[in-house]
Formats: sequence, structure tokens, C-alpha cells
Amino acid sequence: MVLAKDLMTMQNPTWCPGCGDFVILMSVRQAIEKLGWKQEDTVVVSGIGCGSKLPRFVKVYGFEGLHGRALPAATAIKLANKALNVIVVTGDGDGLGIGGNHFIHTMRRNLNITHIIEDNRVYGLTKGQYSPTSPDGFKSSTSLSGALETPLSPITTAIAGGATFVARTSMINPSKLTDILIKAMTHKGYAVIDVLQLCPSYNKTFDMNWYKERLVDLPENYDSTNKVSAFEKSIEVTEKVNEGIFYIEERPTYEDKVTQMQKEPLVKQNIENIKMDKFYNKFK
Amino acid sequence: MEKIVNDLNLKIAGVAGDGILNAGLMMFAKTVKRAGLYAFASAEYPSLVRGGHNHLNVRVSDKPIISQVYELNLLIALNKESIENHAALLSENGAIIYDADQIKDADTLTQKEKLYPVPLLEFANQAGGRIMKNTVAMGAVFGLVNLDFSLLENSIKTTFAKKSELIVSGNIAAAKLGYDYAKKNYSKFSFALKPTGVDENIFVSGHESVALGAVKAGCKLICAYPMTPATSVMTTLEKFAIDANLVVKQAEDEIAAMNMVIGGNYAGVRTMTTTSGGGFALMVEAFGMGMQMETPAVVVESMRPGPGTGMATRTGQGDLKFLLNNSTDESPRIVVAPGCATDAFELTTHAFNLAEIWQMPVLIVTDKYVGESYSTVKPFDDSKYKIDRGKLVTEVKEDYKRYEITKDGVSPRVIPGVKNGMHTATSYEHDEFSFESEDEDNKIMLTQKRKRKFLNLAKTLPAPELVGDKNAEFVILSWGSTKGPILQAMELLEKEKIKTSFLQIKYISPFPTEEVLKLTKEKKIILIENNETGQLGGILRELSGKEVDYKILKYDGRAFFPSEIQTGIKNIIKNEKEKVQVFSKNKNVAVENFGVK
Repeated sequence: MVLAKDLMTMQNPTWCPGCGDFVILMSVRQAIEKLGWKQEDTVVVSGIGCGSKLPRFVKVYGFEGLHGRALPAATAIKLANKALNVIVVTGDGDGLGIGGNHFIHTMRRNLNITHIIEDNRVYGLTKGQYSPTSPDGFKSSTSLSGALETPLSPITTAIAGGATFVARTSMINPSKLTDILIKAMTHKGYAVIDVLQLCPSYNKTFDMNWYKERLVDLPENYDSTNKVSAFEKSIEVTEKVNEGIFYIEERPTYEDKVTQMQKEPLVKQNIENIKMDKFYNKFK
Repeated sequence: MEKIVNDLNLKIAGVAGDGILNAGLMMFAKTVKRAGLYAFASAEYPSLVRGGHNHLNVRVSDKPIISQVYELNLLIALNKESIENHAALLSENGAIIYDADQIKDADTLTQKEKLYPVPLLEFANQAGGRIMKNTVAMGAVFGLVNLDFSLLENSIKTTFAKKSELIVSGNIAAAKLGYDYAKKNYSKFSFALKPTGVDENIFVSGHESVALGAVKAGCKLICAYPMTPATSVMTTLEKFAIDANLVVKQAEDEIAAMNMVIGGNYAGVRTMTTTSGGGFALMVEAFGMGMQMETPAVVVESMRPGPGTGMATRTGQGDLKFLLNNSTDESPRIVVAPGCATDAFELTTHAFNLAEIWQMPVLIVTDKYVGESYSTVKPFDDSKYKIDRGKLVTEVKEDYKRYEITKDGVSPRVIPGVKNGMHTATSYEHDEFSFESEDEDNKIMLTQKRKRKFLNLAKTLPAPELVGDKNAEFVILSWGSTKGPILQAMELLEKEKIKTSFLQIKYISPFPTEEVLKLTKEKKIILIENNETGQLGGILRELSGKEVDYKILKYDGRAFFPSEIQTGIKNIIKNEKEKVQVFSKNKNVAVENFGVK
């Protein structure tokens, strides 16, 4: 079985000191260790951005695709080989801005994949522009007078859109993050985790103290199977920010519903000497 | 008078919703195929669902045919507009089947002797409903051309096999009324069809042939977004999905589709997408990622005329340079262009092998004319086809380098699941281990590696072949869907003792520069393209400095008629100053508006 420390690669992260991505990286490695996933059967898929460099630092298969396009690539990887464990890592700009359309449609599909949104509420790699989750009035190099758009709530969108596991947590408490990540990775279906994190270079508003003062667990008697109350909880405006698993639903996955994929993964199917007569006959 | 046997060109015209395709393709073309004849069918229709002017041309012969022709022998006019638009195309002894109860002033539109009225609506209502008008007309066609009614009856049973008994018997009754009426009143019709009795062929469109090729090549995943005229590849594959055990995934957009294609191939499944120009514009970034990651991919781009949304349901060849140059920086891609159904099957099966052997994306370029025209062809000979997955390996050592620098440029490729093969495929420039690298020397090495693949693969491609009279002074140079009209025009010219040869470029990238120069040496090149600039000629000039001598172009959104090519070539012979000729329905529009001479 692979240990988290063996999941390091020959490359060293180039993230800024204090970046939340380090914590997320550690949690991903630990979750893979705890679940006993085989390195060769695991794929981490990302787009482009600071956090999207994460696959480079986990010694499993990786796919660092295009900005905003991690989800469609992950969708096809899962369709091609449903036996693979697929984790998707996107940023808030990458996954919710340019990749917003894919986010919506991946929720509808409910493939058995885990999607970590590294949500630092700012574009980091391009040096600090406001993102879809930046609050109204957020000042940045492209919003000198403050951002004018209402921020998008990843979890509200995910609950409404049909994701079957929706959680919010943060990198402030790494063990809680790993715990929720493991639950997401064992959930059968599309699991979305909004991970609130720091960007020490470009987002000074949401610093460690900001999170520490506001983050609270969901109430103990909270029912995570009730979609309506999950939705309500996700839009609740208070001084505090709830973290925990907002919503869980059991629904057949996309791959479960495709007849052609039931026997074995597409990638295992024989493609040599395919007999064509029955297809030609359709045109006779 | 002796009848003209087995050489008929008919057109069914009306509004969308009249059942023109069903009548023309299923009841007529497929039935004559079953009688051992050959058919070629192509439709013109506007981009809408109900109404508009639609027409389908079906040409029948006892020899294989791959082109439409201009002159009509029989017009089935389901409305007045059909007579207005097409009566002028009728040959001597041609006829129009129409409903005189509906179109009362037909004799003001054409010569009276061409009018063969049949009470289509009355018979349809009698048999089961007005929707069967097209079936009555088909019955009349079978009566006119002296084909046995049982042939049509059997086809109706097959066509409506999944419908109720009432629909089957109603259609048969409708057809019989039309058939008997034509037999009784129009035995004078000059054209007849005579079955050969040998039915071993298939009747397929170019895009159906692409789909068949994909099945044969073991394509298991098709990720695409619908876009006319490419959609027919996707819908055909969806019909095959269960039997072929493949998955058609309709993506949320073309960007997703192309990223899925790279993802699917990365995971080891032969994955393809299909789109038209506008959709491909959205795929360009991910196409580039395929070249950077050295992932196999197969993309069908079915061109439409015009920038932007353009003309969705018409034909043109304007995207070639876009496809050859799409994406950032300079990176090799393979571009193939089928000219007929058989080409479409062969090039598609080859495309999947090329993509895996050379680990790069392959574009199959089609258009509406080659993609959505149907022809009777022999079932494709796939007996020699072997799946070749190139350097796909299942075992690697710990120090595995995904992008190992090799002599031929191709590195051993693993897919997830292979032990020790773990690496991160990346759209960033990278080193041999697939680690991001911005090092100068590395960039040169990787660029040259990708280029080496391109140079080496060029040596493995089949050379283009000259057909026709190899000693002829004029050689026609073209690609894609112009093939059919060109070959037909060559036949017409041959009858006038004008010899020509034809060089069809099926593999456009890498471009066979040396072979083209060799085969056109000391000959005059006539470039024929369905676009405004003659893009293939531009490529030849860019790569060799050689200019084509003449251009015959058409860019009105319609395919060439063989007679236009015939006229164009005769003009060149008459007057060598005819350097550029542009054809359209009204040639003067092109000449007057643009001063093209």
C-alpha cells in the first residue's frame, strides 16, 4: 500500500510561502493513502492556475489540461476507464469562471469523480484579479473601484445543479479537510468540495484570522439528505461561515446507466478484427 | 420510340415536412439499389425544420456514380415553387409529376408536354391521409420507369417496419394508386429502369461511411456537440452504439467535446469528435493541447460555407487553411480529406491508426456534399485493416520518460493503469519526463521531436495517384468533395475527345509536395476548389513556389456540377487567358460583382 510520503514526485511546488495549496496537496496524498488507492489506478485532473499545478506533485497519473477544462477531460477519462479513481482539482476562477459551463453539466451527469475547488477568491497565477467568488466590492488589479458582480456560491450552485455530495471546508484545519475529502472520495457520484483557502499574495482580505473568526461546523442535528434545507443553509447570511457536508444524495452514476459500459471498462474492450457485416447490412 | 434505359436523374421537391428524404432515399434510391442499380442522391435544404424549399436529387445508373448532374429527366413537384425553381433544368422528354388540383396554372410555368399531372392529394386521402402524398408520387415514379410494383411494396414494408399495419397498408395502397395511374396515362415517358437483379451493394452517405470507419477502427467513445452538417456522423454512431458497444457522449459544447477527446485518448480509448467550422473554432485550444501532450485524437470537421454561422446546410471548402494552421505556435497535425464514401471509410480507419502511431491529432475534413450525399457502393473491403496502436506499451521501468527523445520522434506511451508509468500529461511545454520546462534547449529539442514525427510520418503515407490520361496536357488538382463532379466531368470531356488527368490529394498534411511536383511536371495545372481563393493551390505555392496555371472555383454554397467543370476546362482550351473562372447558378453575379475574369 502506498504511503502519503511515497506520493511525492521529483518536482517541488512553486507556490508562495503560506499558500493554501500546500495543505490541500497534503490532504490529497493522505486521503489516497488512507483509502489504499493504487497509484497507477488513480488520476488527478486539473486545468491551469496555481492550484492546478497540484497533479505534478502527487505520484499518481496526472492530467494538467487547459484553463477551465479539467471537468470535460476528467469526464472522458472516467468514461474511458470507469475503474480509475478520478480526482479533479480546479481553482475558483478556472473551475467556476471559464469552466462554469462544464461545472453545471458535470453536476447533471453525476459521474463517480471527486472535485476539489481550491477557493481563494482571487486569480493568483495571473497576479491578482477578482474571481467569480470574490465578494461584491473586492478591489483587485481589474476592479480598482471594487468588483460589481454578486459572488457565486459554489455549494449553492452544486446543490441546485445536481451534485450528489456537496461540502464546504477550509485549509485552516487540515485533519477536517482530509476527513471530508475521504468521505467525498468514497461517495459514489459527483462530489464537490469547496475548500476555502488563503492566497497570501493577492488576497489580503481573507487571511487566517478572517477564517478562524468565522468558520463554524454545521449544527450537530443537521440533516444532509434534505435538499431544501441544504439549499437554505447554503444561502444563509450570518456573521459565520458554515463548514461541513451540506448535502448527500444517492443517485445512479452516469457510468452505471450506460449499457455499453456494464461488462468492462471501454478501455478493456477488444478492438481487433471487428466484424462489420451487421453494420453494412443496415445499409442494404 | 426507344426508351433510355438506366440513365435517369430525378428530383423530388417541396417543403420540409413533405417527406422528401423518406420518399427519395428509402422508397426510391434504396429500392433501385435492391434491384441491382446504382444511385447517387444529394439534397438541398435550408436551415429550418418545417417549410422552406427542399429538394433531393437522385441519379440512377447501372454503373457506379459519385456525382450529381445538372440536367433533370423527372421532377416530382410537391408544390408550385418546385416547378418554378426546377422546370428549367428538365431535359428533352423530361417530365414533371405534380398535382393539377393543387397547382392549377402549371402550364404557364413550363411546356405542356412535360406536365404529367397525378392527383396526389386525392389518392393520398383515399389511401389514408395527406401525409402519403409523397408515397403516391413514388408509386407514380415506379410506374413511369417501368419498375415492378413489388419492389416498391417490399421497400415500403421495410421502411415502415416499426410502424403500425395501418400505416404500412395505407402507404402500399397510396403507392399503388400512383403506380396504376402512371402506367395507364404516361406510358410515353422516355426513361426506364431495368433491374440487373444483383443486389450486393450498400447505399450510404459519406458521413455514414465515416461512422462505419470509426466502428471498424475500434473507436469506443464519441464526444461531440451537434452541428450541421457534421451531426450525421454522431447520430449514425448513436444508432450503432449498442451493437458496436461504443458510447456517444453529447457534450455541453465543442470546447468540452475536444477536451473529452484528449481525455479519452489519454486514458487509452480511441475517442473522436465531429463538428463543423464554428464548433472547431471552439476546439482549437484543446486541439493544440493534443499536439503538446502528443495525445492521439480524431476530429471530423464538416465545413460549411461562410464565416460565423455561415450557411449551415450548404456546402463549401473554405476551412482548409484554418485547419492546417489552427492553434498556437507551430505544431504538426495530420489532415485527410475524403472525396467519396469509400474514401471516407478508408481514411477514417487509417486516421485512427495514424493518430496512435504518431501520437498526434488527425483531422478528417468533409463537407455537406461528400458527407450527406448518398451513393451505392460495394460494402467496404476491410479485410486488410489491422489496428495499429504504435508505441503503446503496457510495461515500463521506474525511470520512464513519457516524452523520451527518439529517432523517429515518437516516444513509448502508457495509459493510466500501467505500473511505474505515472506522469502528469501537461499542456505546458515540458521535458522528457513531462515536467513543465521553459528551458531554451529543451524547447528546441521538443519542437524538433514533434517536427521529426511529422517528417517521418510523411514517408509512410500513400502517395497521391494520377487518374485519367497520364499524358494529358492538363492535370486537375483538387481535394475532398469535388472528386465526384471532377470524375464525371472527365467522362464528359472524354466523349468530346478532350483528355485530362486528375490528382486528388487525400492526405493534405503532411503535404506530398515532391509527388505533386513530379506528377504535374511539364503539365498545366487546373485547380478546382469549392472556395474563393483556391486554398490547396496556395499550399502548393507556399511549399514549392509553384503556381497553378488555372483556377475553376465556386463559392456560392453549392457543389460543382460536372457540366460547370466541363465548361471551365473547355474555356481554358479555347482561351488560355481564362486564368480564374468562378461558377455559380448565375455566373454573371460572380463576374460582374468582383470583376473576376
